[in-house]
Amino acid sequence: MRTRILYISILTAATIFTGACKKDITERNETFPALSPANIDLNADTWSPILTASSTFTVATPDAITAPNYIADLNEIKSYQKNLTDDQRAIIKYWSAGSVLRWNEILRELVAKHNLPPYQNDDGSYPFPSAANPLAYPLFPFSNPPYAARAYAYVSAAQYDALVQAWKFKKQFNRAAPYKNDVNVQALVPKSDLPSYPSEDAVVAGVTSKMMELLFPGDLDYIRQKVAEEKLYRIMAGANTRSDIDAGENLGRQVADVFLARARGDKAGAAIGTQADWTNFETVAKAAGNTPWISLETPHRPPMLPLFTKVTPFLFSTTTVAAIRPPAPYKEGSPEYEKDLKEVMAMSQDKSREHERVVAFWADGVGTATPPGHWNTIAAEEFVKHNYSEVRWARNLALLNMAEMDAAIVCWDAKYYYFNPRPTQMIAGIKTLTGIPNFPSYTSGHSNFSGAAATVLGYLVPERANDFMVMAQEAAKSRLWGAIHYRNDCEVGLTTGIKVGEYAVARAKADGAN
Amino acid sequence: MKHFLQYTYRYCIAIILFLSAFQAANAQTESDALMIPKNYFCAAGIYTHNSWDQYWEGTLKRENLNMGTVSSNVYAVGGNYGLSNRINLLAMLPFVKSNASAGTLRGEDGLQDINLAVKWMAVREQLGSGLLSFHAILSGVIPVRKYQADFQPLAIGMQTKSIALRGLLNYQVGRLFVAGGGQYIRKDNITIDRDAYYTTEMHYTNQVAMPNATNFLLSAGFRSLKFNAEATLTRYTSLSGFDITRNNMPFPSNKMNATAAGAIFKYMFQNIQGLEFTAGGNYVVAGRNVGQNLSAFGGVYYVFAVKKEKSN
Repeated sequence: MRTRILYISILTAATIFTGACKKDITERNETFPALSPANIDLNADTWSPILTASSTFTVATPDAITAPNYIADLNEIKSYQKNLTDDQRAIIKYWSAGSVLRWNEILRELVAKHNLPPYQNDDGSYPFPSAANPLAYPLFPFSNPPYAARAYAYVSAAQYDALVQAWKFKKQFNRAAPYKNDVNVQALVPKSDLPSYPSEDAVVAGVTSKMMELLFPGDLDYIRQKVAEEKLYRIMAGANTRSDIDAGENLGRQVADVFLARARGDKAGAAIGTQADWTNFETVAKAAGNTPWISLETPHRPPMLPLFTKVTPFLFSTTTVAAIRPPAPYKEGSPEYEKDLKEVMAMSQDKSREHERVVAFWADGVGTATPPGHWNTIAAEEFVKHNYSEVRWARNLALLNMAEMDAAIVCWDAKYYYFNPRPTQMIAGIKTLTGIPNFPSYTSGHSNFSGAAATVLGYLVPERANDFMVMAQEAAKSRLWGAIHYRNDCEVGLTTGIKVGEYAVARAKADGAN
Repeated sequence: MKHFLQYTYRYCIAIILFLSAFQAANAQTESDALMIPKNYFCAAGIYTHNSWDQYWEGTLKRENLNMGTVSSNVYAVGGNYGLSNRINLLAMLPFVKSNASAGTLRGEDGLQDINLAVKWMAVREQLGSGLLSFHAILSGVIPVRKYQADFQPLAIGMQTKSIALRGLLNYQVGRLFVAGGGQYIRKDNITIDRDAYYTTEMHYTNQVAMPNATNFLLSAGFRSLKFNAEATLTRYTSLSGFDITRNNMPFPSNKMNATAAGAIFKYMFQNIQGLEFTAGGNYVVAGRNVGQNLSAFGGVYYVFAVKKEKSN
């Protein structure tokens, strides 16, 4: 009897031991279905591109479907399809969710990987990443929010233009997908009437990988692996032949050159500024009778990309940046200022779990995809529900991300124009629920990014416009609740972000996609 | 022999929280070979102070001027009940308060995780001139509220449910003893407040897979009716997880390893029946993704009979 009790106890203990802890996790993006556009947007060749309206690109005339080269291409597909491995099926499942979507995820991943402020030198100064030597510490880039916003914008806009150009050639050559040309080729992705030459997946892979040579030069190995995987996927799935792929990749790279030329001249490379610039901000703020911002890091870190305001925006001219600059923040000592400061102190002492949750959810700090990346996640998970065509996916993300980049420019303009201190700099006792970003307080970057994003997404998906704006308001509030921003920073930032978003909406209304 | 039994029975069990702010070796309880007799209860109150100003970022040891000294105060209450002379039931609940001496990040405070254990003395035999015992200990940790785990290194805990199995071998000759134990800890996924996070790759989920771990213990010392003194060496090893990247924040699923040397002292009053004092400390001598924690603890135990045992 005792022995039996003992055995039962041991068995029970073993069951509890192995069964008590959950170990499996299904991530949200693993469950995305294969892209099956409700509308293939065959007339996307008439949509206005961002930069390439007057550019001409070359795509070789494809072989006839009876030509030996094409037949060889079909045989390549069939030979893959004869024995697909589980790994190959997994590649098909992954990429079939959509090329623009997956590259957006990859971009967010690289931003998160590189969003790390460099560690200081022994003398208390900080090293700067070098694009010429991206793999040496500190790794290039430091993809902080403005850098990330710009990266998302260039990649998305270039993908959109590349697909608009691709649609022109698709219609011109009008070659059907392999599964339509040969009954022995299976379609392992949803069938489409979209002409397959050049391949839209390869266009996106080509343009994106080429943009990455500028933006993430230390990760080309990873990028090329992804490109190779995606190209293989289209062939294995019976959706493109190798010649569709080659033509697409080549076209994508040509379009990237146009965007790279703009990026190299957009003044982002000089946004880091010099010691003279940093000193000048202080001098100007003091002359105006204000306390200048100082870095709250030890040792003090130079401000983050103070000349980002000079970067060329996508949606409006540089003169608009100053024109929509918000009015000055509350003057120190004014009743409005004192009220705001007291409120931050109260938030600092508030132990509400809900505040902690909201602050953490929207923190998007070091090692994350940044606030623009967070809004890309929100957008992507929304767009998945709408079965957009690849070209519409690209257009929608281009609108979102051009607004995010321009919001960064406008926000950084206000931050360095006013150069005002964080609440924590003014009262030592304020403790924060998240890290304090290394740049001036007014206006809140999160609020600008969120206002702009919610405005664009609300236009694209009107039935959810209110939800997006509620999210943006929460993101803005999270910075006050985290005790790193005054209420005024958040409210004015949100308003300014909405203004920027409206420029993207105006563009969307006129681009021919509706 | 009878004399020896008094040693093993009369000491209240050590419930010691070795809890650095990095939570490297959390809740190292029930780690000695002591038992209390059937129908006895031991109530314990223990205070622990942890602090470190150096930590390992991966394998690189560094300081962080934006954190300064990270410390925590832990106030724990617990108890041990003798279900039989060979089976003890233990429980403990700590309240934790964390602080960083520099920078602006706010410390956290609150009740943390309840620790439960069943301790079974499976073997007790005379071997040579000494006594050999083997204990099997099944323990579990359950967070008592939804505190924020993803706020390292100031989070008060990891928010993970876990279950652990320990085997402990003890050999005592006269008043000297030596013990060795091995533990396997299996941890549940945790839920964080973010909707995505990067480890060595991107994860689009609020679920975090926590590394399982092992914990090995060596101890040796002196045990008398009044006094116990022992030296301990523990080694906590994460079986998976990733390193903190250069100048990054720590994350709950970091690979956290720590080797700590420590000492435990117990004193049992002869004139106040059942009252014991304990004190000791631990110092992390080697680690990975943990703070170089120095902890010091002191506690009071009171052992009393819950009901009279029937005489056979």
